[in-house]
Amino acid sequence: MATGNDQIYYQEGTEGQHVHEEEHHHGNFITTYIFSTDHKMIAKQYLFTGIMWAFLGGLLSIIFRLQLGFPGMDMSFLKPILGGWINETGNLDPTFYLALVTMHGTIMVFFVLTAGLSGTFSNYLIPLQIGARDMASGFMNMLSYWFFFLASMVMLYSLFIETGPAAGGWVVYPPLSALPQAIPGSGTGMTLWLVAMVFFIVSQLMGGINYISTVINLRTKGMSFSRLPLTIWSFFLTAIIGLLSFPVLFAGALLLVFDRSFGTSFYLSEIYIAGEALPNVGGSPLLYQHLFWFLGHPEVYIVLLPALGITSEVIATNARKPIFGYRAMVGSMIGITILSFVVWAHHMFVSGLNPFLGSIFMFLTLIIAVPSAVKVFNYLTTLWKGNLIFTPAMLFSIGLVSLFISGGLTGIFLGNAAIDIQLHDTYFVVAHFHLVMGSVSFFGLMAGVYHWFPKMYGRMMDNTLGYIHFWATFVGVYLVFFPMHYIGIAGFPRRYYSFTAFDPFNAFVDMNMFISVAAILTFGAQAIFAFNFFYSMFKGKKAPANPWRSNTLEWSTPRFPEHGNWPGAIPMVYRWPYDYSKPDAKEDFIPQYVPFSATPESNLPHEEDTYGIEMEGEETKKMDEPHAK
Amino acid sequence: MFGLIVGIGVILLVVIIFTIFRILKLINVARSSNKKRVSSSNKVNATLMLAFLLGAAGLFTWYSVAEYDKYTIPIGSDHGIAVDEMFWITMLATGIVFIITQVLLFIFAYKYRYQEDKKALYYPDNSKLEVVWTVVPAIVLATLVFGGWKVWTDITSKAPEDAEVVEVMGYQFGWALRYPGEDGNLGNYDYRLIDAENMWGMDFTDKASFDDFTATELHIPKGKPILLKIRARDVLHSVYIPEFRLKQDAVPGMPTRFWFVPNKTTAEMKDELNNPDFEYNIFCAEVCGQGHFAMRLRIVVEEPEDYQAWKTTQKSWLQTKPDYLAKVPQNLKEVAIISSGMDNDKVKNSEANNL
Repeated sequence: MATGNDQIYYQEGTEGQHVHEEEHHHGNFITTYIFSTDHKMIAKQYLFTGIMWAFLGGLLSIIFRLQLGFPGMDMSFLKPILGGWINETGNLDPTFYLALVTMHGTIMVFFVLTAGLSGTFSNYLIPLQIGARDMASGFMNMLSYWFFFLASMVMLYSLFIETGPAAGGWVVYPPLSALPQAIPGSGTGMTLWLVAMVFFIVSQLMGGINYISTVINLRTKGMSFSRLPLTIWSFFLTAIIGLLSFPVLFAGALLLVFDRSFGTSFYLSEIYIAGEALPNVGGSPLLYQHLFWFLGHPEVYIVLLPALGITSEVIATNARKPIFGYRAMVGSMIGITILSFVVWAHHMFVSGLNPFLGSIFMFLTLIIAVPSAVKVFNYLTTLWKGNLIFTPAMLFSIGLVSLFISGGLTGIFLGNAAIDIQLHDTYFVVAHFHLVMGSVSFFGLMAGVYHWFPKMYGRMMDNTLGYIHFWATFVGVYLVFFPMHYIGIAGFPRRYYSFTAFDPFNAFVDMNMFISVAAILTFGAQAIFAFNFFYSMFKGKKAPANPWRSNTLEWSTPRFPEHGNWPGAIPMVYRWPYDYSKPDAKEDFIPQYVPFSATPESNLPHEEDTYGIEMEGEETKKMDEPHAK
Repeated sequence: MFGLIVGIGVILLVVIIFTIFRILKLINVARSSNKKRVSSSNKVNATLMLAFLLGAAGLFTWYSVAEYDKYTIPIGSDHGIAVDEMFWITMLATGIVFIITQVLLFIFAYKYRYQEDKKALYYPDNSKLEVVWTVVPAIVLATLVFGGWKVWTDITSKAPEDAEVVEVMGYQFGWALRYPGEDGNLGNYDYRLIDAENMWGMDFTDKASFDDFTATELHIPKGKPILLKIRARDVLHSVYIPEFRLKQDAVPGMPTRFWFVPNKTTAEMKDELNNPDFEYNIFCAEVCGQGHFAMRLRIVVEEPEDYQAWKTTQKSWLQTKPDYLAKVPQNLKEVAIISSGMDNDKVKNSEANNL
């Protein structure tokens, strides 16, 4: 391949200093693999934890899908695991059903799609793609992971306590979540849920501050904001959303802790339960909903934007075409970021919210559909007249776009307050967010793993297994979630243990059975991925330096980058990351570190002007040295 | 024993799959098909994209058409017609976009699959195109929002003065009803007055409470505005009546409301659906605990005459529970006895008992 490291133009003057630095980085097992401050290792820790959680969260959904698909089935075979939650007749306990639904949601939204996706790829890619040696604060980054680990342990522990984990739905609306009399899961299980979430939020904030400051401060020379890969833009904006919205959830959770443990009445008012009138008056359950959804809605974009960023990168690389409308892509992400903060109450149209506020939020909500639509059109145009190479990552990215369209369009129904009256809290909503948030984000995660695995482990994942995994998952996801639209239009409410009381005519028994079987098969297909992942880590084909012939900086590092990423100086950046198939260029890609002076044959007229600028900068060199001490 | 056999079977299966995988890998290496930029699998994947599009489109069309009657539910209220209209207009608009974008996506994936002799088009932007597809969705969405906004404001407008008022209270796990009685006013309530029998917490120091009556089925007249006053006793619930296109959360400490006009009686609906078992029901749409899935209350929509007849047969709650007369302040006792319809003998008996 013509793109050896010989083409890379390094920033001068940092070499000697770095060699000296390097000596300190060879640590023992504990500092290398456990309490590592290397962003690459922390990313892998996030990835591993995320994969573990994904399998656990998926498994929980399989248990409740069994109940929904085969109501009243004999689940005695689960007794060794679930114990008392399977009653004498072999049926699943209805409160445990709610606990399963709750934990599935919590785990998937926060631990897999937030921590697993952002945690992995923001950590891994930000320093590598912007040309930095590590995060702004490696120590804080390490703390971020370990707070997440702590949160994970507390949440995991809550699954095994006698009264069961939290069971009020992943939104844990009070008063249900505040009163142990209302449901057993609101006892110790809910306390642990809140403790875990507090640690989780701390972890997210420390991670987010790091991502933001790293992107702002540690970009290599020449890496202006307008030359950032879209992945970095998406991680950057995601971190900003998280930083502004997670503290609000923190506050909401704290007030809930007060209500539960210290007798305050933030969310409780005029409650008579279990034969007793509680003393609390003056609180409002709606206050919690406002605080929760002030995070909860931006959270959708926290899991969505990184997936879209990864997709932009993967699609451009494998279509061998520049991403269409880079500025529009960045603009729409910024638009989504801002608008994501002013649409939260569309989750509350029928909550007792003032109908006038409902109107306002309906207008704001449907505005946010515009930047999303722009993104879809831009993806389509990027594919148009491309030269598509279907790597597994590319397949997952195309699948993602399809799921994003399917799930996004149903949002237009739900964002319309009038239609939402009927569809709110039905299976239509379940179908909507599992497609647009769950599946899109999961597909983004998968695309990312397949695409950057060679960089992470120096080996290639098996393509054939990747293809089988993709098709099984893609078809499976559609078979599971698409039929739920029909069930939702027919009015079936979500979080129902069984529909015997709702639907005496058993209208969708066959459909529910079908969905459950599809869900089990799709979940089973993930074993192919697990095998491919762990097998390839040790036995995969050795990865070439730049297996996808990509433009971004991470592919200019050695096969196993040490802590510090580049053995010598950090390469400088001269161009945007999407110079694919440029007319008259020698290759169909020109990496970011190739100066325009090296490619006179393919330069566009306005790029010739930047020649001079490339040569400048001698005097500012010192300031750009990363980790200058 | 059975478990052991299944276990061994699974292990064997995994071993077999693994062996096949190894063999295929070796064949791959021997053929050294890896040398080319893309292998034949690229074409296979491209074709599968097309096959997926056709297969999915087929299934989608077949089910949507064939099972239309199954997944659409009848409308039993005036505003429900507007809601459904809005739903289907949105379905049309999004459906068109859905089909166009999905078809383009998969066709592009197939058509522009990698070909050795081709080069992708360097096409980084086109401002005109981008403005078009920003403005067009914006206009379509604005139209949809405006339509939805009109429907929403109508539905959530103030209930007409002459609306029949019924109170619906959610509790773990059921719905309790209270009608205002002859005076047309619901009496006050206070959650601290709730006990085993007075589950509404009716306040008998309020004159309006005396003639209030309760029911176990929601009777409502067809063609008249109905105002549901909704509250919750313990946790959040949500009044959900699918055929009326009605949903409103019940919030402890914050009464909510929803008004509507039912336009088909239960009997008419049975005829229309050709289903003698059809019933309107209230369900719960907000998770509230163990019995959430079984919170059902039957609704009877009847002709206004039948409704009036039913109403006159209902006894006030106080009349059925004369013991609660003791909670009525002394100066209102007479009023209570008259407006609750208690006959004097019974009162005397209970007073004698109390003394």
